[in-house]
Amino acid sequence: MKQFLIFIKKEWLHIWRDRRTLVILIWMPVIQILLYGFALTNEVKNSKIAIYDQSRDEATTLISNQIAASRYFSLLKNVYSYDDIGATFRQGKIRLAVVFPRNFRYDLLHTNHAQIQLIADASDPNTANMLTNYATSIINDYQATLNRDVAMPYSITTQTRMLYNPELKGAYSFVPGVMALVLMLVCAMMTSIAIVKEKEMGTMEIILVSPMKPFRIIIAKTIPYLFVSMLNIACILLLSVFVLDVPIVGSLWLLIGESILFTVTALSLGILISNGAKTQRTAQFASMMSLFLPTLLFSGFLFPVENMPWPLQVISNVVPAKWYYIIVKNIMIKGLGFSYVWKETLILVGMTVVLLGISIKNFKIRLA
Amino acid sequence: MQAIVVDNIVMKYKVKKSVTDALKGISFAVEKGEIFGIIGPDGAGKTSLFRILTTLLLADSGNASVDGFDVIKDYKEIRNRVGYMPGKFSLYQDLTIQENLEFFASLFGTSIEENYDLVKEIYVQIEPFKTRRAGQLSGGMKQKLALCCALIHKPSVLFLDEPTTGVDAVSRKEFWEMLHRLKIQGITILVSTPYMDEAGLCDRVALMQKGTLLSVNTPKGIVGEFNKPLWAIKATEMFRLLNEVKADPSVESCYPFGQLHHVVFKSSSDGKEKLEQIAQKGIFKEVEISSIEPNIEDCFMALMKV
Repeated sequence: MKQFLIFIKKEWLHIWRDRRTLVILIWMPVIQILLYGFALTNEVKNSKIAIYDQSRDEATTLISNQIAASRYFSLLKNVYSYDDIGATFRQGKIRLAVVFPRNFRYDLLHTNHAQIQLIADASDPNTANMLTNYATSIINDYQATLNRDVAMPYSITTQTRMLYNPELKGAYSFVPGVMALVLMLVCAMMTSIAIVKEKEMGTMEIILVSPMKPFRIIIAKTIPYLFVSMLNIACILLLSVFVLDVPIVGSLWLLIGESILFTVTALSLGILISNGAKTQRTAQFASMMSLFLPTLLFSGFLFPVENMPWPLQVISNVVPAKWYYIIVKNIMIKGLGFSYVWKETLILVGMTVVLLGISIKNFKIRLA
Repeated sequence: MQAIVVDNIVMKYKVKKSVTDALKGISFAVEKGEIFGIIGPDGAGKTSLFRILTTLLLADSGNASVDGFDVIKDYKEIRNRVGYMPGKFSLYQDLTIQENLEFFASLFGTSIEENYDLVKEIYVQIEPFKTRRAGQLSGGMKQKLALCCALIHKPSVLFLDEPTTGVDAVSRKEFWEMLHRLKIQGITILVSTPYMDEAGLCDRVALMQKGTLLSVNTPKGIVGEFNKPLWAIKATEMFRLLNEVKADPSVESCYPFGQLHHVVFKSSSDGKEKLEQIAQKGIFKEVEISSIEPNIEDCFMALMKV
């Protein structure tokens, strides 16, 4: 036990003295969370729009003002022809244009029916889709207030597909995603590099010629990284609650428990990589290719897995981050209990057992 | 019981499709409390042998035991009781002297205080710098620290793979003095070195070349095996002299040795007169010829030829 403790202390000194890496380890998740939370969100804020109001009546002015006043849009300018709209789009100045036809209010009041045209810059289809939805919902709001005290309902056609769906709010899906990503990076990549470093520096040679059991050496090496990743999780959760306003709806302890489980999965992956790699560079590259990219692509937090062709969907099932992402989303965002995530948890446990088993079996008690 | 027994060890490395024989059936035994030197140039197979004996590599065939324990079956026992200092400096560069020593002491379930007397003489030399990180030490200090770390658990057998390579002459001398003091404590020491002059400091040596042992004997015994007269010659144009002497049919071998060329004749009847003839024929100036006692390196050169 004393051996084990001195080993952990030694490993901690390595991490502590390598300040540059330590700073990266601590700050990377913070910066990623802030980046994804604020800068790179799918959520659209203050998108520039143009309004082409051909009717210029009471109703269109009111709708225009409501759209311009919402936090999703900011009015760049009023335009006076379709050519003008086209030109503004081509300059890349706006993402959405709202066109009111002639006699909008007259039509609405007399035929109880009017139309609004929304033109969006579809070069970014996701944003375009979202913008039209936002605009539509604002128009629907207006319509609803209009109809409140009227017997014959007025209708303004813009198809209502979606009112605001909180699941689409950027930070909601990024927080679990970044948690998965950071744990993979810190645990798997850093431990595999740390183990391979001992091989590369030749220190593995002398610590193997000692009474310490080889696999214990590896376990002792992983523990400080477990600690660092717990620190990361705490940072991410604090940031998401207090800075990004993403609440932890479900049980915090369940969330922490699942995170520890995923950390162990990642650690066993890291040990597996270190078994095969001979140099730190190989370990780093192998981690990047086999952990980082699949986590980014297949966990579902950047690209929806359901939209992928089926071979990729099958591949995504072996990516541990996918299951962790589902678990965190269910607990943290939807507030569901363990009974809703036991299947995913079981899959993660199974993966961990298999990975640990393989890495123990393949672990080299000798140099070659 | 012998401390180390090596019996017909064969070790092959496969690099792509070609197979290199690192050790071609080596056998020797080391007595308890002996300083046993493995002398040989780079690539002789010294490090492979050390790694097999420290249970880090598996030999392709043959048996070996350390302290009576088999290197394959009882590897855990061996790892408990030997000290190993690899050829490459292999301590933690980002830990201080004291932290390194503490780590290795605890790793073997002991403490610095418990075995301080064993490392004291070496450790006092580096103790003033004990808060300095190992990566910032000089070559000699690194070696001393590495030796301390290999010794701190009071090993019964100490494996030192080229401990003096890259260390200055004074430190080398000190290092060997330390080994002799350790020997008095009853520790068996297997040490490898590419320096022939260190062979004389061992109790027994094995001369090693390309995976085979040329000879195993005491340093005196090895010199005694050299049974032909040895001559030294010196003149102004040393390089031309070397070629001229080599070209003579009566000469068995001639090789440069410091300021001189060492010459061995095929027949013991040839000697000073023959060398003078060669020198006269080549019109060399300031010729000096003398009869000399062979040293280990001469023996090594002679054994290599066989």
